[in-house]
Amino acid sequence: MQFRDHRVMGDIVPLAARYRDEGADELVFYDITASPDGRTVSRDWVGRVAEVLDIPFCVAGGIRSVADAEAVLGAGAEKVSINTPALEDPELVDRLARRFGAQCVVVGVDSQGGAEGFFVASHTGDPRRTRYGLRGTLDWIREVQDRGAGEIVLNCMNHDGVRTGYDLEHLSAVRAVCRVPLIASGGAGAPEHFIDVFRQSRVDGALAASVFHSGSIRIGDLKARLLEAGVAVRP
Amino acid sequence: MSIAIIDSGGANIASLRFALQRLGAESGLTRDPQVLGTASHVLLPGVGAAADAMVRLREAGLDAVIPRLTQPLLGICLGMQLLFADSAEGDVACLGIIDDRVKPLTGGAGLSIPHMGWNQVRRNGDCPLLAGLDDAEYFYFVHSYAADPGPATSATSEHGVAFSAVVGRDNFYGTQFHPERSGAAGATVLRNFLELS
Repeated sequence: MQFRDHRVMGDIVPLAARYRDEGADELVFYDITASPDGRTVSRDWVGRVAEVLDIPFCVAGGIRSVADAEAVLGAGAEKVSINTPALEDPELVDRLARRFGAQCVVVGVDSQGGAEGFFVASHTGDPRRTRYGLRGTLDWIREVQDRGAGEIVLNCMNHDGVRTGYDLEHLSAVRAVCRVPLIASGGAGAPEHFIDVFRQSRVDGALAASVFHSGSIRIGDLKARLLEAGVAVRP
Repeated sequence: MSIAIIDSGGANIASLRFALQRLGAESGLTRDPQVLGTASHVLLPGVGAAADAMVRLREAGLDAVIPRLTQPLLGICLGMQLLFADSAEGDVACLGIIDDRVKPLTGGAGLSIPHMGWNQVRRNGDCPLLAGLDDAEYFYFVHSYAADPGPATSATSEHGVAFSAVVGRDNFYGTQFHPERSGAAGATVLRNFLELS
């Protein structure tokens, strides 16, 4: 089980070290403006983070080619996460998996639920350019697994930022078709939400941002609660 | 101390080099048999597929060189799997140092493949790489293939079934997990390795 965190990039190396020391199992660094702006995440910081981090970390944002991924992985990241570029060019998933192995290739999926099912959105870094309803989420999850995705991060947009808990129904529906590791994202506000998502939606990891950033949940305390609840985590 | 990391074609060697640096140890990436022969310690990392890595080692003649090395060698993840006789991943002959084969993890009810994340490792007899660590310590794993526990297995982990987490034969060692990604416990494993002679 792992926790992941994302936030706006500030002074990133001390922040990475802080989460490492608090017991985070993995960190994800998002440059959420990279895709809408048509630019690639700047990478000089990846090496600086890799120098201090002794836990895995993933880089997301604007990775559109094998060369983009190679630069990030070569600088010391464990994985790359692709979202909008995978929707624009699904074969990118195949190319990345062939070159680096499926375990390096995370596909991030922004998904919205509604009366007619779950649908994928793209360009979610910029509300003005976000496009909705491109693909059925479950079909997209099946396709990217077949193409070689080694992990799925499902961000449930209806719950993103609301801190009322993960979208368990949505995650459980995806879990049923997802045979690779599935990471829940969107909605964490309290320790119970983590317990619920591990128990009920059987996810492999839970990602959260604001609750860790603000300090409203301490990672060490959360892990103690999870262990009490019988969820296996690294103490 | 001169530490050689075998260039087996993986893109992410940086994390291993940084992990060694944090222990005060510099390392060089090489495919040169001469450099390997004179190194005090050799690391064989690897991500990706076994067949690709073996092609790369054979191109440099290292499939013959590596089994004859006499200094401590540590294979990590795919690098550990390459120490075996063969791998079902691409159905490829490997280095043949450990007489067993690497097979796909089957997963099973509620178990995702790849096996990706932190998992506990339990000693199975004497294990110098785990010296100073608690039993059932957590390490970071990322793999879809694994070796059954066998005579060379000195620690195991479980993902549906038990598999080899640490192996050793003579001067050859291997970890299925990534010590360079496994926090303080992983740093201890690397330090233990560097203390072998």
